[in-house]
Amino acid sequence: MVMEVKMNLISKEKLEKMGTMEKLRMILDEVKSGKIVVLETGLTPEEEAKLIEMTMLEIDHENFVGIEVESYPQKSSGFLSKLFGRKGGRLMVIGPANKLKTLEKREDMIEALIRG
Amino acid sequence: MGLILKIKRKFGAIFRLFRRKNKLRIGIYGPPNAGKTTLANRILLDWVGDVMGPVSEIPHETRRARLREGVRIEVDGRTITIDIVDTPGLATKIDFHEFLKYGLSEEEAKRRAKEATEGVIEAIKWLDDLDGVILVMDSTEDPFTQVNITIVGNIEARKLPLIIAANKIDLPNASPARIKSAFPQHTVVPISALKGLNMDTFYRVLAEKFG
Repeated sequence: MVMEVKMNLISKEKLEKMGTMEKLRMILDEVKSGKIVVLETGLTPEEEAKLIEMTMLEIDHENFVGIEVESYPQKSSGFLSKLFGRKGGRLMVIGPANKLKTLEKREDMIEALIRG
Repeated sequence: MGLILKIKRKFGAIFRLFRRKNKLRIGIYGPPNAGKTTLANRILLDWVGDVMGPVSEIPHETRRARLREGVRIEVDGRTITIDIVDTPGLATKIDFHEFLKYGLSEEEAKRRAKEATEGVIEAIKWLDDLDGVILVMDSTEDPFTQVNITIVGNIEARKLPLIIAANKIDLPNASPARIKSAFPQHTVVPISALKGLNMDTFYRVLAEKFG
């Protein structure tokens, strides 16, 4: 039997139009419904921390036990981004912890397993 | 995010320069079972003759942040006084079934999991009230975990001074070099908090970095 897993691939343009809470709520809702979410530009470190906080609040110990996040370390930022404080995230994959599993993560390559 | 918090984070390093506190508040962070409380206990044993709290092989033993104020550390004639905050392990998932493997009853495991989720939130909140961070990583594990990446990213974003303690070097498969190559922009000190290995170097770096 073929198990299907839905994926949402969200563009940089869409992410840029969303506020932090809107973005995080959307990610968490999709992940809690069993989808894998791929963000073209990822999240800032502060948004990642906020996402973890929100995840902890929503763990119910039965159906939702948390998230698995795949992203690369931040690249060192250039002069302008340092000056204006903008640090663009890199590609990020977020999924339910019971469906997405990291196999190996290196600086420039991530190997992951998606279970149906 | 509040404007004041944004300004505090953006210019945190400058504020810290002018604050001239005679005590620094240092947080010990890391994933579960990296040895955070073992390190806190080692520091307190070495300088106060006391311990911070119990340790256990069951993950998420520390589920509330613990604060010890006024720990005086003297290295090479230099004295620094720090407050140590031992934080619960950070994680993106907490499944009570993991705790059942250690012989806990379902009720105990669920309670531990619930407290652990609250502990993660508390650890994240503490980041805004610190002057520096010791990030404890297990040298026998892959350092490129999402938790490590998220903690380092948040410490960098807040411009907090950071020491990475590459712990458990007493174990045969430890590789602190792997941690150094994963985070080359940060100071990495190989230690064994349990056995007290290389702690002199650790305290010297602590005094240099936070003093």
